[in-house]
Amino acid sequence: MVTYKFHQYQVVGRALPSETDEHPKIYRMKLWATNEVRAKSKFWYFLRKLKKVKKSNGQMLAINEIFEKSPTKIKNYGIWLRYQSRTGYHNMYKEYRDTTLNGAVEQMYTEMASRHRVRHHCIQIIKTATIPAKLCKRESTKQFHNSKIKFPLVHRTVRPPTRKLKTTYKASRPNLFM
Amino acid sequence: PFKRYVEIGRVALVNYGKDYGRLVVIVDVIDQNRALVDAPDMVRTQMNFKRLSLTDITIDIKRVPKKKTLIAAMEAADVKNKWENSSWGRKLIVQKRRASLNDFDRFKLMLAKIKRAGVVRQELAKLKKQGAA
Repeated sequence: MVTYKFHQYQVVGRALPSETDEHPKIYRMKLWATNEVRAKSKFWYFLRKLKKVKKSNGQMLAINEIFEKSPTKIKNYGIWLRYQSRTGYHNMYKEYRDTTLNGAVEQMYTEMASRHRVRHHCIQIIKTATIPAKLCKRESTKQFHNSKIKFPLVHRTVRPPTRKLKTTYKASRPNLFM
Repeated sequence: PFKRYVEIGRVALVNYGKDYGRLVVIVDVIDQNRALVDAPDMVRTQMNFKRLSLTDITIDIKRVPKKKTLIAAMEAADVKNKWENSSWGRKLIVQKRRASLNDFDRFKLMLAKIKRAGVVRQELAKLKKQGAA
């Protein structure tokens, strides 16, 4: 199993009960973070923007990691995000094909970093969803919706099977044909 | 120009990583670089094409078959025998055998090689005598 950097957490919290509000409303968020501590911090960050509550006058009720239900099934993920570029905030919708949601989110972060030079702390995930094949918008995901898919591997690079067997110089030029 | 395609049912050999040397079947394609790969004795996982060497063997399966259908299809296409009789498969078997020899086996191998060389040299000497005469 590949180790994913970003994990999905479900964080539940509320404001502390006070005389005016005996039973404050409980809020639950699903977020992506690298670890639980970061997840809790992100929860308060978002909650502060939505309600008048801070970590100092609130309490965390639960934090659980959410694991992928079917990691052997290929799914099309749509991710809606809000990111900060050098000139302002923009919304984006991106599609990824992957087996797990964490994998798709990690793909998204690396793609945003490479294509738009956006670091991961400038990205906010608005929504994620598994999209059925009919509703995919991007050609690059739709081209794999073919049950008789067939393509050759055009350029074969011969790699030593372990890094220990790597040498700087080789006796002969490699054969690149499969 | 291309004979080996990435397709559903293509048998491939893993050439890097934890499952090195295992024969797997490409069961679905995730995207340009990754495939969902399955074998009778492992959990279905995703693998990068860089870690796979495609073989000539294909089996007849639909997209993402159940484990039982996969095993049945592999039996029907007789993957194991086809692989072990192919020149690539035989070479790998020989390599594995050579790597697993113990010192006594290597001694026996040395004697066998000397004997074979002796026989070859006798024949060569006979042919040389005939050629000279």
